[in-house]
Amino acid sequence: MPFVRRHLPWLLVSVLGAFALAVIALGRGEAVSALWVVVAAVCVYLIAYRYYSLFLATKVMGLDPTRKTPAWTHNDGLDYVPTNKYVLYGHHFAAIAGAGPLVGPVLAAQMGYLPGLLWILAGVVFAGAVQDFIVLFISTRRDGRSLGDLVKQELGTVPGIIALFGAFMIMIIILAVLALIVVKALADSPWGTFTVGATIPVALFMGIYLRFIRPGRIGEVSIIGFVLLMLSILGGQWVHENPALAPWFTFDGKALTWMLIGYGFIASVLPVWLLLAPRDYLSTFLKIGTILALAIGILIVAPELKMPAMTKFAEGNGPVWSGNLFPFLFITIACGAVSGFHALISSGTTPKMLENEGHARFIGYGGMLAESFVAVMALVAASCIEPGIYFAMNSPAALVGSTPETVAQTLSTWGFVITPDVLIQTAKDVGENTILARAGGAPTLAVGMAHILHQVVGGQAMMAFWYHFAILFEALFILTAVDAGTRAGRFMLQDLLGTFVPALKRTDSLPANLIATGLCVAAWGYFLYQGVGDPLGGINTLWPLFGISNQMLAAVALMLGTVVLFRMKRGQYAWTTALPAVWLLACTLTAGWQKIFSADPKVGFLAHANKYADALAQGTLLAPAKTPEAMSRIVFNDRLDAALCALFIGVVLSVLVYSVKGVLDARAKSKPSASETPYQPMPEAAR
Amino acid sequence: MNAAQLAGEVQQAGRYLVQSLRLMVGVPDYGTYLRHMAATHPDQEPMDYEAFFRERQDARYGSRTGRCC
Repeated sequence: MPFVRRHLPWLLVSVLGAFALAVIALGRGEAVSALWVVVAAVCVYLIAYRYYSLFLATKVMGLDPTRKTPAWTHNDGLDYVPTNKYVLYGHHFAAIAGAGPLVGPVLAAQMGYLPGLLWILAGVVFAGAVQDFIVLFISTRRDGRSLGDLVKQELGTVPGIIALFGAFMIMIIILAVLALIVVKALADSPWGTFTVGATIPVALFMGIYLRFIRPGRIGEVSIIGFVLLMLSILGGQWVHENPALAPWFTFDGKALTWMLIGYGFIASVLPVWLLLAPRDYLSTFLKIGTILALAIGILIVAPELKMPAMTKFAEGNGPVWSGNLFPFLFITIACGAVSGFHALISSGTTPKMLENEGHARFIGYGGMLAESFVAVMALVAASCIEPGIYFAMNSPAALVGSTPETVAQTLSTWGFVITPDVLIQTAKDVGENTILARAGGAPTLAVGMAHILHQVVGGQAMMAFWYHFAILFEALFILTAVDAGTRAGRFMLQDLLGTFVPALKRTDSLPANLIATGLCVAAWGYFLYQGVGDPLGGINTLWPLFGISNQMLAAVALMLGTVVLFRMKRGQYAWTTALPAVWLLACTLTAGWQKIFSADPKVGFLAHANKYADALAQGTLLAPAKTPEAMSRIVFNDRLDAALCALFIGVVLSVLVYSVKGVLDARAKSKPSASETPYQPMPEAAR
Repeated sequence: MNAAQLAGEVQQAGRYLVQSLRLMVGVPDYGTYLRHMAATHPDQEPMDYEAFFRERQDARYGSRTGRCC
């Protein structure tokens, strides 16, 4: 009887979830309420957490609540502090949630909401949350070491260095693609440019306030900063409507690119307290607040999904990004389903604050479920706007034209009926000059969020405010990521270069700092510039590179988990990490191969390069290139991207070889060979 | 549960919320730090709040791990 009583409620949850999924998947022809998506997702999360994560915790990893964690062993009240599990959950979630789960699902919506939703749910349960959980576990048992160190320790020095180098390249691509999203959102938008630009003086003021006027009063200064941000949104509206001022804040993509590059360099050599820290406070709190607001908004408004469950682009050849569902859907949605970058967070600050090893399940697995829910909300927001508007915003001009008339006409031939007036009116509603060709996720998400939130607060008159609030919220934490990422990249680069020129290793030396920062900014700036001038819209090139590299890092983390399980003599459970690793390897290697060698110039870099090289040889120019030099630059960039793809494939394959060696080595030994810190019992008082 | 207990619980939840928000931006609980110093290093003078805040700020942004995508 107790068995029935214990499992019956969960049986009901799973029946409800299955019913919701059936409604979503089978409701052809009629609009489905977004609430069904929310119900299906929450039921899947509950069941997965209750059963699968418990299985991982007890059987696979064998979490030991009596074992002392690094927070107790190395307690210093600063980095290593035993922390309440709910407090730490908040910290961990804030560290893993970023732009990724918001952008990927929006781009994937071109196939309809169903493929993306299913991958988000299946991916998080069997891959993403497992990765975050096991890396947190492995790191906690090794004094909270970082992923690079863990790979070195368990697989060997060479794969450790390879993995570190891979992480550096991923960082560069992430920074470029994030910056590209900001450029796409702010191009030709005086309102957005003014508002985002105003965050710089606001942050500087906050920095000075926090350093000299009222040191350390985070709450107080964040409230002041928030009020100033809201004023800057209103100021942006004033600029937008003022014909004398608007031109001062209207820039094209190229100009914005140079500004961002300059900003990135200056921001990352300034002292952290002046600009980075205060903006980080704003962006973190705004991020958490906006995610909560969006969740509440979806529950209250219960918007209908206007996007079909599957569009004709589910078979491939979509305008937003090219390629087939397999493998490209699985690299387009990275964060939210599985994200390798989380392995860096799970082996960063969180393991140093874990109060009890038993909490790793709630924080590692549970934290990722919350991130996945953010991705589901982004998918809902993108799917509740008119499909015609979605495709008008996300298709490159080369494909659909650049005036409302031509765009509306092209989209109608695709079956997404829309009139030019609706496109013009929508732009007017959100306070923009145009909404065409704004691929990149942020503007689409902002339209979706404005669509939901204006029904809760403010009505039609507030539509433009909510749109720019959403743009501000995304731009703010993307800029923080660009700034913090450039700094982190600089340290990595100084470490790498320091092995050849020791003088460059000193992080306190100004010339070394400037050189490394300059190289770092030049690297991501190059890819950003390339993306802005890209004939296929930039996102089509950079997002797959980001997705491939990010998913490969996840595969590396899961391979590490597999080796550790074998070393712990728990090989019979290693399928929990090995299967998702194999799946990610299949997706990323196929995608990488196709990005290099596909004969379709929209997919394959080399085919695209050849198309332009052939035209160049015949003396013709292909749009958007206007000179032979521009043509050869496109050819060079394509070949560079192909080389980068090949490099990523090489990195992941070499880690695979070392992992197989590690597994064989572990199996040959009769005793456990994992290099954990020795067992120490938890202090009595802490149990 | 009586009213006083309930008020206590709400207060504790509020404290955790504030702690969590501060930890999100990299500032751990100062009271915990002071208790740690008093318990394990009674011979050393703990940093005052301002120094503690600056130390944590530098540590957060001086580290090699970036933020997530």
